[in-house]
Amino acid sequence: MLKPNMSLKKNPMPSQDPKVRAHNFEEVACGYTEEMAIDEALRCLHCKHMPCVEGCPVNIHIPEFIQKIKEQDYEAAYQIIAETSSLPAVCGRVCPQETQCESRCVRGIKGEPVGIGRLERFVADWHNAHSEAAPAVPEPNGHKVAIIGSGPSGLTCAGDLAKKGYKVTVFEALHLAGGVLVYGIPEFRLPKAIVQKEVDNLKAMGVDVETNMVIGKTLTIDEIFEMGYEAVFIGSGAGLPNFMNIPGESLKGVYSANEYLTRSNLMKAFRENPVTPIMKGGKVAVVGGGNVAMDAARTALRLGADQVYIVYRRSMEELPARREEVEHAMEEGIEFNLLTNPTEILGYTNPENPRDPKNGSVIGMKCIRMELGEPDERGRRRPVPIPDSEFTLAVDTVVMAIGTSPNPLIKSTTKGLEVNRRGGIVVEENTGATSREGVYAGGDAVTGAATVISAMGAGKVAAAAIDEYLAGK
Amino acid sequence: MYPIVDKKSLNPTVTYMEIQAPFIARKAEPGQFIILRVDAEGERIPLTIAGYDREKGTVQIIFQIVGATTEKLNHLEVGDSIQDFVGPLGLPTETEGLKKVCVVGGGVGCAIALPVARKLHDLGVEVTSIIGFRNKDLLILEDEFRACSKELIVMTDDGSYARQGNVTVPLKEKLEAGERFDEIITIGPLIMMKFVVAAAKPYDVPCTVSMNPIMIDGTGMCGGCRLTLHQDGKAVTKFACVDGPDFNGYEVDFDEAMSRGAMYRDFERHAYEEACNLFKQEVKA
Repeated sequence: MLKPNMSLKKNPMPSQDPKVRAHNFEEVACGYTEEMAIDEALRCLHCKHMPCVEGCPVNIHIPEFIQKIKEQDYEAAYQIIAETSSLPAVCGRVCPQETQCESRCVRGIKGEPVGIGRLERFVADWHNAHSEAAPAVPEPNGHKVAIIGSGPSGLTCAGDLAKKGYKVTVFEALHLAGGVLVYGIPEFRLPKAIVQKEVDNLKAMGVDVETNMVIGKTLTIDEIFEMGYEAVFIGSGAGLPNFMNIPGESLKGVYSANEYLTRSNLMKAFRENPVTPIMKGGKVAVVGGGNVAMDAARTALRLGADQVYIVYRRSMEELPARREEVEHAMEEGIEFNLLTNPTEILGYTNPENPRDPKNGSVIGMKCIRMELGEPDERGRRRPVPIPDSEFTLAVDTVVMAIGTSPNPLIKSTTKGLEVNRRGGIVVEENTGATSREGVYAGGDAVTGAATVISAMGAGKVAAAAIDEYLAGK
Repeated sequence: MYPIVDKKSLNPTVTYMEIQAPFIARKAEPGQFIILRVDAEGERIPLTIAGYDREKGTVQIIFQIVGATTEKLNHLEVGDSIQDFVGPLGLPTETEGLKKVCVVGGGVGCAIALPVARKLHDLGVEVTSIIGFRNKDLLILEDEFRACSKELIVMTDDGSYARQGNVTVPLKEKLEAGERFDEIITIGPLIMMKFVVAAAKPYDVPCTVSMNPIMIDGTGMCGGCRLTLHQDGKAVTKFACVDGPDFNGYEVDFDEAMSRGAMYRDFERHAYEEACNLFKQEVKA
């Protein structure tokens, strides 16, 4: 029996030097070595009440998989994770562990919690590198289910149902499967080869993935039922980007984060000779404080920006991004303008020449300093502008990363599908069931912009409910 | 993959293609568009649907060779396939309740105006079509328009065919002479649509324009296709991919749309030259 490791600190994650990685799209964090993983696993005390499991949206059996790492049986560790999570290599990289499993870890009371996310990633990467066994193809049960969207909720729902023998078809609107995992999250945080591997795994289990299918346009949900599908899961994700409705948001050089990241990630605008253009270099301001804002800011840096600012109206304490991303961004030299809110984006006008091609390009962003006032209904202190504190930030590109509103395509073509005031699909929390019989939903299409793991949790809940619904038919 | 089943050149810079895409053919309506990628490394470009054959399961597109992607597309032949072809996107052109309509098309925009004119004609609407081109060599679809219009007026900028002048000349003449339309539907270059709207304004004729901004996904995700409408003194942001592509011409901020449309002009010109050079090299080799 190995001795427990009572170090108060996690094994640090080996990562690329900030100065080097700020100029490439290779993955930032390199992953634990076997020695580090075992050493970190030995920090787990195997508490009887397993608080970490409660903190996980998909309830991974955390102490059990960590035990297998101690025993150096990494494949067994992987199988334990895979029982409840369909995307371990993804979650090990993008989950906000500090507010989930790790926030409940007893080791965190005095010192740092066990690096559960890093261990999960180690196990998943070990499996991907060493295991060649194709996933078991389950015995078909004769039922057909359609999944709309191939992002985290759709892939999870598809995986869980396929394991139970359902014939699953995933309909994807874009030309590539993966949803936000391919168009949104950058390569340096989540290599696309990992997403592709997860999609290939599903296909090997017999899941059909149909790209270029915009549900609500190419096919409606009613037509999907007519085609013989007995249940539908809507995981269509976030929709239209929000803007601030301040002057200048349509100037040349203003992007939504969705557009900026899609150009770089999905359309590979970051490459040497891209076919899809993106504005590179100069000074870039990213408005917002979530993971998407961090992704956009760090992408801008890697695309060659001289200076990148995060502009966020609250303080560091309220900043919603995953802690590690904020730390990485700071190490890379991103400047945080906190308690700051844009009021106008300024464009260039050549008074002499109305045909100057530079006319209408961004040259700056007017901002105002903020202070935190009374808490709002969600308990977050409301930011209030400080009078006469305006200043101008000289920038060439502005990326708005302030959230999205649900996509209107499905709701506008599906009779009887109830949506809430903000356009999110209304579901029963414990099942994901919508107001239409046989139609389930989850992920950002229901909640608005949230995390990969919560979408996976919703996909899981819906898969179980669909199984129950169809078993009773 | 989406096979090309027919292709012809309408003029030296404009090509017609018929693509096998049964799901889209079943649903397509005039005014809607598709997004395509020529090959696995290609960019996504939107093209408005020029026609469809529900029985054959085909969709027709007409495109002008203006850049790298359309150049590459034009090098595909019958029997070749397009990598990705997705749609029908956007909202169909509103035709309900119309009795007398003037369709104004410019250049390759006529390819998009034609299915609208046809649909109106089939619904029994009286259609006047005004179509304009830079010169005789660029003229397309004259016979097709004639077949679905009560009256067809062809204009060329240089007078090398039919009447000289731009499309607003006969439109203004008609409006001045007291002719009234339930609606003017105009599709063409932004600057042309802007002037058609200006010509219609004094007569208070409803004027619909078809916008074709830069897009990536086309499904309401990226927001790149946004444009500003001025509604009751308020600036409102709309997305051409899900709210359009048709908009009330009196509300559209054309100057902003033109500026945004030119955002990547240098990049596009460079990419086009590269593509042309590549094809020349291939021909030489």
